[in-house]
Amino acid sequence: MTTASRATRVLGVLAIASLALTAWLALVVSPPDVNQKDAVRLLYLHVPTAWLAMYVSFGVTTLASIFYLWRRTRSRFWDLAAGASAEVGVLFIALTLAIGSIWGRATWGVWWTWDARLTSTAVLLVLYLGYLAVRRVPADPEVRSKRAAIVAIAAFVDVPIVHQSVEWWRTLHQPASLLDRQRLFDPQIKGTMALALVVGVLAFTLLYSWLLIHRFRLARMEELADERQLADALAERRAEGGEADAPVQAEDRLAPEAVP
Amino acid sequence: MWRDAGLVAAKDLRVEARSRVATNQVVPFAVLVLILFAFALDPDRGILARAAAGLFWVTVLFAAVLAVQRSFAIEADGGARDALRLSGLDGAGVFLGKAAAVAVQLVLLEAVLAVGVTVLYDVPLHDVALLALVCVLATVGIAAAGIVYGAVAAGLRVRDTLLPLLVLPVLAPVLLAATRASEAALATVPGDAWPWVRLLAVFAAIYTVFGVVAFGPLLEEA
Repeated sequence: MTTASRATRVLGVLAIASLALTAWLALVVSPPDVNQKDAVRLLYLHVPTAWLAMYVSFGVTTLASIFYLWRRTRSRFWDLAAGASAEVGVLFIALTLAIGSIWGRATWGVWWTWDARLTSTAVLLVLYLGYLAVRRVPADPEVRSKRAAIVAIAAFVDVPIVHQSVEWWRTLHQPASLLDRQRLFDPQIKGTMALALVVGVLAFTLLYSWLLIHRFRLARMEELADERQLADALAERRAEGGEADAPVQAEDRLAPEAVP
Repeated sequence: MWRDAGLVAAKDLRVEARSRVATNQVVPFAVLVLILFAFALDPDRGILARAAAGLFWVTVLFAAVLAVQRSFAIEADGGARDALRLSGLDGAGVFLGKAAAVAVQLVLLEAVLAVGVTVLYDVPLHDVALLALVCVLATVGIAAAGIVYGAVAAGLRVRDTLLPLLVLPVLAPVLLAATRASEAALATVPGDAWPWVRLLAVFAAIYTVFGVVAFGPLLEEA
């Protein structure tokens, strides 16, 4: 069994190709910034990872959780999709913080500052770590999934706070590069810099889809394996029950494999 | 819903009044934390007085985690959780009742801690009315969020370690806003309290509404 299919292979190749294109645009084609010099190139990683984690991954997790909680659409599919998306999201939000920290060191001179943007993003990471912790709790799968879904929806409240943090508080962090009503139509970034950024966002979205599909299929296989193990164990016990009628020697009954 | 909330709140408070766990364990624990802070931060250099508001709210958060755990521990004994579900009480009512009971306990605790802070840390109360308002709003938010996540963790084998992980990051904005507003009320650090008071009110409203909506599904299983 594998988690790959023809579609994911194509998706994977596209993701790698577009990431390579991003790297070329970001490192070679686009010019250094007037103020930040070459440090600005971190933008082409930082913005796509943040975009992916906050809006795409956690958005998908929230929608899937809502579908799971709604009785009419409740199925294992939505629960597994929510979990898979959140795992990818946590990975990318951690990457965003790490890259941002390196960038901060290069431009602000510190690894970390208690700025509203940074703090609310760190809280976001911890909130989704909590969500993943709930998903791993030993409990009845249905109980666990339902509670995890509620935690996921509650955690998403922080996403708009992170988004607006640069507007609501005076922060060291610069305002949104793309997703802002003014900048969307009158971008501050132009030319190859804007191109590198847009290609980067697309590349990371492809990478996300690829990771999500694989993670989802893996989770599905884990569940199927659990079910099969349970079915096998039941069949074994039944077989044992059948044998009990036949004369069995005392030593055989105490054989280690017969002990559950 | 309101009647159910009143019944549940009265029940929880009656259990607390009779068992005295809150008065004999949670309140002494909170005072102990205040004393530990004094050991950790040199009391002679005025650090305690400047940090008083923050220390006060950190202590309240720790005590709130205990109060929420306690609020669900009393449901775990003797199958009380099943009885609560069978009683036909409204889910939203149960949520409001439990949150109100925890809020009442926390407000009483905050009154004790406020006296503790003024006496032990030598901080004068500057604006008592503002401090009371901040306490009430923050406590409603803490209790509502606490009960939501308490219900998420309830009945699980890992509940005691899971609850702080879930609820403390959620309460981070309350800690921030309540600390800034209290600093103004204690006049330890000058600043405008009102934006923070508004944030506390918004947080309390969001989590109260969320709890009212989400508590039904949480209660129906397990």
